[in-house]
Amino acid sequence: MTEPAIRLDGVAKRYETAHGAVDALLPTNLSIARGEIVGLLGFSGAGKSTLLRMINLLERPTAGRVFVAGSEFTALAEPELRHARRRIGMIFQQFNLLSHATARENVEFALRIAGTSRTERRDRARVALGVVGLSDKENAYPAQLSGGQRQRVAIARALVNEPDVLLSDEATSALDPHTSLSILRFLKQLNQERGMTMVVVTHDIKVASYICGRALVMEKGRVIETLDMTAPAPISPLGRFFMETAKGWTDATELPHGEGG
Amino acid sequence: MQTLLDFWPDLEKATLETLLMVGVTMVLALLIGTPVGLLLYLTGPGGLRRSRLMHGLVAYAVNVLRSFPFIILLVVLIPLTRLLVGTSIGPKAAAVSLSVAAIPFFARLVEQSLRDVPKGVIDAALAFGASTRQILWQVLIPEAMPALLSSLTVTAVSFIAYSAVAGAIGAGGLGDLAIRYGYYRFETGVMVWCVLLMFVLVQAVQVAGGWLARRVDKR
Repeated sequence: MTEPAIRLDGVAKRYETAHGAVDALLPTNLSIARGEIVGLLGFSGAGKSTLLRMINLLERPTAGRVFVAGSEFTALAEPELRHARRRIGMIFQQFNLLSHATARENVEFALRIAGTSRTERRDRARVALGVVGLSDKENAYPAQLSGGQRQRVAIARALVNEPDVLLSDEATSALDPHTSLSILRFLKQLNQERGMTMVVVTHDIKVASYICGRALVMEKGRVIETLDMTAPAPISPLGRFFMETAKGWTDATELPHGEGG
Repeated sequence: MQTLLDFWPDLEKATLETLLMVGVTMVLALLIGTPVGLLLYLTGPGGLRRSRLMHGLVAYAVNVLRSFPFIILLVVLIPLTRLLVGTSIGPKAAAVSLSVAAIPFFARLVEQSLRDVPKGVIDAALAFGASTRQILWQVLIPEAMPALLSSLTVTAVSFIAYSAVAGAIGAGGLGDLAIRYGYYRFETGVMVWCVLLMFVLVQAVQVAGGWLARRVDKR
């Protein structure tokens, strides 16, 4: 049995507030094999982003341990963790590009942090922009690009370090269906060609159906069921609701929490 | 009624004094206020180097200095001014009080400018393995640059006005000239000229600052 790409061992997140403790994430185990694409499916506030952000420790779990490619991230000191994070790419709903920097400079940013030389940075950034089909936009600022183009720049930035793992936090939620599909198709291709492991947070079952081998349905800080996306057979009301919405909304679509919303 | 020509040497001297006072003030605000603002931001709520103690201490000092009405600060600081420049009158002396007021003023604006940088951009930098220092120099400061330049402009404009207040206790400069000649000696013409020159100064700073801020703004 080979080491999984990602292993989460009883990770949990608890906030202490004035009104008592709040569990953003209840103790969760998760093992993701190399080359797998796993979806985290749920409504806002379900804990799916929290779980995702624990993989690269943007969020520190209050309990449990995180392993990526066999090394225990939760045991690393700050400098080692920073170094280890370069093995993990990440893309976001709002793209999170530097507004003062051009497309190429944004891609170079990931290399600049790693201390790569100027000429190597430029060459590799150009290659990465070519991979995402934006060679002609290297000198454009994010404000001059469309949403889909911005996300492609963000993907190029995530790829330029040749990471083993890509984390996607609602990466297509701010994009129109056409652009979303083209971005997802590109991610799928990356997975097939480079065997890149991906964890994809989404509230859209269509995204999970298209790209994920399995999807974890999350609610109130818990994984309530795991769906095999090749033949999904949801049992939970929420899982069933998600599958229903894939066919489109009707008056008969049952809301998992009743009409109260 | 005397003509402008008679007052020209006085006006020229006063303008230079105002420029000296405000210039020294702005340099010190930039050199000291910027790091103080960074410290407030980094140690503040949600900051990359959160420290309640450090943030509390710095914020307290900034708030104390900012709650003084400027005219009171001028008087309170007379001993410090004597210690630093050997006198309590003239533009150099006024620059001390002006700087003491401008540093916390600018620091707060720097803190706010940095707070306006979207959190997601910092998340992305962290996700790619950036250190606090790298985030500071490669993300926060360049992303906040348009806002920082606007803050600098606001500070300069405010302290041109404050320098005139300092004129009331003999700082020199255009405010001083306006009060001594224009008000106490009923030379309305001098007062009008002083105000006009202040207006030109403010306008020049505002236009230059606005132009710079727009130039670096790629959003």
